[in-house]
Amino acid sequence: MTQRGRPDAVGSAHEADPEGHPLDQHELSRRAFVKAAGLLGASGMLAAGGLLGVTSLTRIAAADDLDNATPEELAQRQWVFVFDLRRCDGCGKCTKGCQKMHFLPEGQEWIKVYTVTGAGGQIISLPVLCQMCEQPPCTKVCPVVATYREPDGVVLIDQERCIGCRMCMAACPYGVRVFNWDRPMEVPAAAQSTSPLFTAPQRQGTVGKCDSCAHRLREGDFPACLTSCSMDAIYVGDRIADVATNGTETVQLSEFLRTNDAFRLKEEFGTQPRVYYIAGHGQDLDF
Amino acid sequence: MDQALDHNPATAQQELHAAALRPVVDAGRRFWLLFLGLGLVAGAGAAAYALQLVTGGLSVTGLNDQVFWGTYEATLVAFIGFSYGGALVSAILRLTNAAWRGPITRIAEVSALATLLVGALFPIIHLGRPERVLLLFTGPNFQSPIFWDMVAILTYMLATFVLLLLPIIPDAAALHDNPRLGRWHRRLYRILSLGWTGTERQRRALERAVTIVAILIVPLAVVVHTVLSYTFSLTSRPGWHSTIFGPYFVIGAIYSGVAVVILAALAYRRAYRLQRWIEDRTVRNLGYVMVALGLAYGYATFSEITTEGFVGKQAEVELLFGLMLERYAPLFWSFIAFGLVVPIALIAIPRTRTPGGIALAAVMVILAMYLKRLLIVVPPLTRPVVGGDPGTYLPSAVEMAIVSGAAAGVVMIMLFVFRFVPVMAVDEMAEIEREQAQVVSRQLPAQATRVMSTREATDG
Repeated sequence: MTQRGRPDAVGSAHEADPEGHPLDQHELSRRAFVKAAGLLGASGMLAAGGLLGVTSLTRIAAADDLDNATPEELAQRQWVFVFDLRRCDGCGKCTKGCQKMHFLPEGQEWIKVYTVTGAGGQIISLPVLCQMCEQPPCTKVCPVVATYREPDGVVLIDQERCIGCRMCMAACPYGVRVFNWDRPMEVPAAAQSTSPLFTAPQRQGTVGKCDSCAHRLREGDFPACLTSCSMDAIYVGDRIADVATNGTETVQLSEFLRTNDAFRLKEEFGTQPRVYYIAGHGQDLDF
Repeated sequence: MDQALDHNPATAQQELHAAALRPVVDAGRRFWLLFLGLGLVAGAGAAAYALQLVTGGLSVTGLNDQVFWGTYEATLVAFIGFSYGGALVSAILRLTNAAWRGPITRIAEVSALATLLVGALFPIIHLGRPERVLLLFTGPNFQSPIFWDMVAILTYMLATFVLLLLPIIPDAAALHDNPRLGRWHRRLYRILSLGWTGTERQRRALERAVTIVAILIVPLAVVVHTVLSYTFSLTSRPGWHSTIFGPYFVIGAIYSGVAVVILAALAYRRAYRLQRWIEDRTVRNLGYVMVALGLAYGYATFSEITTEGFVGKQAEVELLFGLMLERYAPLFWSFIAFGLVVPIALIAIPRTRTPGGIALAAVMVILAMYLKRLLIVVPPLTRPVVGGDPGTYLPSAVEMAIVSGAAAGVVMIMLFVFRFVPVMAVDEMAEIEREQAQVVSRQLPAQATRVMSTREATDG
């Protein structure tokens, strides 16, 4: 996982800090990291490279047994995704990786890569997963509270509770929810789980969707889409620590979003998604 | 009724009693043939639902991740809409004290109950996990429109039962010692009569109770249809997210519901020769009510299309093009023609304003309004919300079997109820007659003559 992509990508994106000084990417991630977890031995972590920025943080939290964490402890992380569309070539490996991770049949996509034509005629590949809205319309309409938002910002479905009315599918403006019409795929006994963090096999007759790989985030691992992206286009980050990483480089989240003109999908619906996009269309940029 | 006035009141009353009991006493061979045929259709529907349960996840439907709602939701809206029409006809005509209501209130109430009982199955039939439906009671989300739906439908169902049962009390009291009826029937009437002896105090109490329920059922039914529309309009989907949806659903419900009452009244009138009581005038008045509602529904449709089409937001325009010119154009214009233009014309033109013409109009309205519900549910779902290809949906054989079975079930419930309950509210009709007679006698003779002559003139 750590050895994917182009090694030279790390630290090659030079950004300017608010004062206008050029900042090395390593420096940026280090600062963000130290700010978030000042008690850690920063030097050792730095040596391990930017990737550890996020993973180490969560691993330490996981050591305190995040599964039994209080809401306050969970709220110490506020997960965010960033899709750098300048890098996305629409290959769909994220979709496949996600399906493998969650034992989904080919027709069921929790991260869909749409091909959209922009106003200038440019062909944009747009990966869309659960937008982890801060104001999720889906949880509002669920009649039995089977879908809900975790304190760390992840929206989940309890498929042991879902009655399968599909009202949440109607409410979601992003079309990310799917229904388990058919019998689910076989899942090896060791991988089976009924937890809303990771439900395998999927329960027939209930709604499913991207769970942000919440089980992996909390263990300090990356989501399956990120690890299967060969273009380093997917970042996962923590808003509180203000860091994000695509597995190869680590950036200061707020700075990265601000300087790269990040946008979110369908702001007008007031859903306040936690998924950001950097505009682009897979053009060959010099990273 | 006016014809009945010519007879000796006692004889007229006896004849009315006998007529109202015809379906109870002697249903006829054709009744049983019809009941059997409907039973087969309903049985096929039940078998189809069993198949859906066994396969476990709605994979037997034509639904998919894009068009995830279809016939079940359309049927739910349509059937509960039919119910509303019946309840409102009965309630509003009572509250406005319309004298012509007498012979049709019972049919309207039974039609309201039958369509509701069957329609209320569809929120369960459409679930992927129907065995968990009790979570709506044990662990509900008070914020969800589906929870509101459930509360509204169940409350309305209770009110519909009461609205049917209250006027039965005096009728049942009059029947529980009728020697022409079987032992079980008489026992049932004794229970339903609740000790009614017809004292003045009891009459006043009953009248007040009926009035209260009639008043309650109007806002209740408005609430039911508004929150039903909210399952669509409280989402951000173009085509659904519309402020007109609440009233639009309410009007559509009464419009189609009156059509059901007309059809049921005409069917019973013909099958059991009730023309003397369910007069042409009564049917025509119901037809006028239907025309008024049809015009209102057409106006709402026009208003919605104009406000969305004029501004020309991309999603709305795509939907409107699909509806009016492209994919759904044949269905949409069929609705306009057979749901609005033709039925309204049939009743507006004096030559076609016959019981046959009105029955044809009612059948058209029922079918076209069902189609309209499908057009409300499906096209907005076929439009992708982010990107990708338009979705498709064709109801599967299982869905069609379940919906046909449900329609058969509605008729069966009506037939069944009228095997026990007099098809006309005999006591109420007598009451209306007494009131009318008092009104006439209190007026000046000249005025009275004028009232009588205008009534005769309108009777045609």
